[in-house]
Amino acid sequence: MNTGALALSLAGAAVVAALASAASGLLATRWPRTLSWLAFPLLALCGAAALAAGIMALASDSTTTAILPLGLPWLPWHVRLDPLSGVFLLILGAVLVPVAIYGPGYTRVFRNGRDSLAALGVFTGLFVTGMLGVLLADDAFLFMVAWELMSLASYFLVTFQHEVAEHRRAAFLYLLMAHIAGLAILLAFGVLAASGGSFAFAVMRSHPPDALWASVAFALALLGFGTKAGLLPLHLWLPEAHPAAPSHISALMSAVMLKVAVYGFIRVVFELLGPPQWGWGVTLVLVGATTAVVGVLFALQQTDLKRLLAYSSVENLGIVFLALGLALIFLGSGHPALAALALVAALYQALNHALLKGLLFLGAGAVLHGAHERNLERLGGLQRRMPRTGLFFLIGCMGMAALPPLNGFVSEWLTFQAALQAWQLGSGLLRILVPVAAAALALTAALGAAAFVRAYGSAFLGRARSRHVRRAHEVGRGMLVAQALLVAACAAAALLPTTVVGLFSSAARQLTGAGLEQAGSRGWLWLTPIAPNVASYAPIPILLVLALLGGLLVWALRPSRQAPVRRADPWDCGYAPPTPRMQYSAAGFAQPIRRVFAMVYALDEDTDAATATHRLLVRDRLWGWLYAPLGAGLDRVADFARRAQTGHVRRYLSWSLITLLVLLWIIS
Amino acid sequence: MNPLAHALSALLQPLLLLAAAPLLVAWIRRVKARLQNRRGAPLLQPYRDLRKLFAKEAVVARTASPLFRAAPYLVFAATLVAAGALPLLSLRLPSAAVADAIAVIGLLGLARFLLVLAGLDAGTSFGGMGSSREMLVSTFAEPALLLVVFTLAMTAHSTNLASMVQTTLNAGLVLRPSYLFALAALLLVAIAECGRIPVDNPATHLELTMIHEGMLLEYSGRHLALMEWAAQLKLALFAALIVDLFLPWGIAAGFAPGALAWAALALALKLGVLGALLAVAETALAKMRLFRVPGFLNLAFMLALLGLLSHVILEAAT
Repeated sequence: MNTGALALSLAGAAVVAALASAASGLLATRWPRTLSWLAFPLLALCGAAALAAGIMALASDSTTTAILPLGLPWLPWHVRLDPLSGVFLLILGAVLVPVAIYGPGYTRVFRNGRDSLAALGVFTGLFVTGMLGVLLADDAFLFMVAWELMSLASYFLVTFQHEVAEHRRAAFLYLLMAHIAGLAILLAFGVLAASGGSFAFAVMRSHPPDALWASVAFALALLGFGTKAGLLPLHLWLPEAHPAAPSHISALMSAVMLKVAVYGFIRVVFELLGPPQWGWGVTLVLVGATTAVVGVLFALQQTDLKRLLAYSSVENLGIVFLALGLALIFLGSGHPALAALALVAALYQALNHALLKGLLFLGAGAVLHGAHERNLERLGGLQRRMPRTGLFFLIGCMGMAALPPLNGFVSEWLTFQAALQAWQLGSGLLRILVPVAAAALALTAALGAAAFVRAYGSAFLGRARSRHVRRAHEVGRGMLVAQALLVAACAAAALLPTTVVGLFSSAARQLTGAGLEQAGSRGWLWLTPIAPNVASYAPIPILLVLALLGGLLVWALRPSRQAPVRRADPWDCGYAPPTPRMQYSAAGFAQPIRRVFAMVYALDEDTDAATATHRLLVRDRLWGWLYAPLGAGLDRVADFARRAQTGHVRRYLSWSLITLLVLLWIIS
Repeated sequence: MNPLAHALSALLQPLLLLAAAPLLVAWIRRVKARLQNRRGAPLLQPYRDLRKLFAKEAVVARTASPLFRAAPYLVFAATLVAAGALPLLSLRLPSAAVADAIAVIGLLGLARFLLVLAGLDAGTSFGGMGSSREMLVSTFAEPALLLVVFTLAMTAHSTNLASMVQTTLNAGLVLRPSYLFALAALLLVAIAECGRIPVDNPATHLELTMIHEGMLLEYSGRHLALMEWAAQLKLALFAALIVDLFLPWGIAAGFAPGALAWAALALALKLGVLGALLAVAETALAKMRLFRVPGFLNLAFMLALLGLLSHVILEAAT
């Protein structure tokens, strides 16, 4: 058996394990503990198999297909494992294993609650099955079945705590948007199937539509996958739905499900649409840059820790699509090597975001578990009460802020390097657009640093802002091990960029025809994406020198008897000692930026001097600009349609007759 | 060239900048004092201050977490590593391949991230105020700085600092409009990043005006010394960056002693002139209100963007 076939069987085993986990979830109705020792271990197994399958598919650079005797009689299910699916299987597995280790500790509190643990177990298994199915599908039919399974199962996970009205509302919005997305994707496949006459991707690949229909399919795919990925202006469901789910599910949704949407988009646009047009790339760059900047501006203003993380996911998906746009621009103007660089940057960004956002959502879950609070205005001082979670969360925040030598920096650096090659483009318009997009990315990075300084600083530093947070405790071993695993994965992605780029380069070659072999031309230590004299980056020396210098300084300046460290109260200017209420609040920290970017937010703010209270509501302007008018318009159309519903039998019979006549007229 | 000389070059160039940084600050203070008809402190005063602080006991707030004590070491180390990628005297700098210009900006961002967290750690209003304002300034300064680097990288086709310097040297004295815009932008960014007038005032402890001092308010003893030294190093680093990117003439290509001596003299001269210019600007200008700072930095961002666009439009053929 060759490596490719072995990888495909492993992926199949992962699907079976996920289904078994879903089935074993049913047992939790009688025996709640089975969730911990059967359903979650099966998920961990599934994650490990997916991870192995992904790495094998990437390392062997092979494509394996198979036909399953399932599905419709004239359309059996085609499955395929190629390097592109391998990248996303790797992402899925790398996040799923820690989540499965984290789950038992986190779900223990639900055992005595009113929420159905069986529902959690079953739908988690089905959700993972759906995501795996999307990654392995090689025909539109299986793809859509798996896609809808993923959407519906995650809907039930969002409504898990359905007694909270807010969660029900978020879940309904999610369901609605998922349906619009599903419809758009279905139509895109319809356009693609029309030219080749088959739903199999293999036929679509060899029969791409003509340029006009390809653009229509591109627009539909962008609408469908973009909704799922949370691109502006279709992102509003995301910050509602992701925080509503239990934290380990939030981690899966933000870290993996959004990436599955990215996968679908890449599969359709880079592979099935035929030769790419640079106009598509321009659209993507504009949408991605806007999404990134607006997403991070909103992340900066959230006081709910999980909502903050969800908005940051919007930002990061914007960056991924921006890099994909660069790849399309380069590909459309005949620079496949540069397209490969931009594509690898996008995939690397997807991997980093998955690992970091998984880590941060698990950290937010640990905060929720240990302090029973997720509002930044009531948190504070957790670093001393939850030292390990605090350290892991700090690493996640630093990675998200794209600081060297952490992993977030590598993908951002690669994206910058791709954008800086814009001088090779022929069109003056593109030569201007690409650097401006890079400027937007730079702004996003700076704002992202502010957002994560604020998140970590408000929750973990300073002093506890409420009494119950003062009694917070560190979480159990399983939950810590899960976070530590993700930190280790982040470290690998941060310190071994040439290895990761080498693996992802096979996916880039599959899609653009060019690889990124030069990235390791100076050895594995140095990442040189274009050429060694153009740009190089070596994270391991940076980390080593930082550690060495820090250690040397600590040793040289170790406290002596003359100058020990003395503990004292913080400086009080000679007045009353400072209280926790005198600290800068999270809303106060972001106030200067809120004031400067006031045009982006719909602010509802007032202060009452008598009671010394301040109320602030930051909402998206899109609610008023787009969603509310759309909803009102829909209501009007529904009112109009209701006139047909009189309740008289005669009226209904006449409608039937008219329909019949029209149908007969059409047939004749 | 033997590896020993390379290693020495990578080791000694940042240490030289580190040693000279307090002197540059003293020089600026001295020129400022003379412009204000004062005699001013001797040039060795910052060194004496550092020695005094290193010998004193460190007081740490009871409310602070371990991060507060780790931050000075990490901030200092990150700034020094960033300085390590800058060619000062000789272009043969192996560490320039470790971190390019974007990574240098990232390392400065790392130092700032930790500094801001340290400001929040004790849970006092002043620390929070300083941290919040620092993030406001950096939100605008960092993209402008990156744009400046992008503009120059578009001409040099490289983000490696040694290659960028080499390109400028090879091109000779060519007046590029993009360079003029980028230089203006970089000067504004450097003032903001180093917390100088009119953005921040390094000499004040008045709570309404302070940014950098606000974050350091809880620090004392060796922790404060490290933080102060890191800030001085950052000022020297920005001065050296301006010199490297726009006025690199005089820098040695190899390790010939004569060329190195000449490079050291040229560097001292250029840094001295830059420092004197800063002193003049600080004497002539008043500090701005905080909410005029974004406008100031937007100007820098727009100048850098203009530089980039003028490169694309006017110089793309090169």
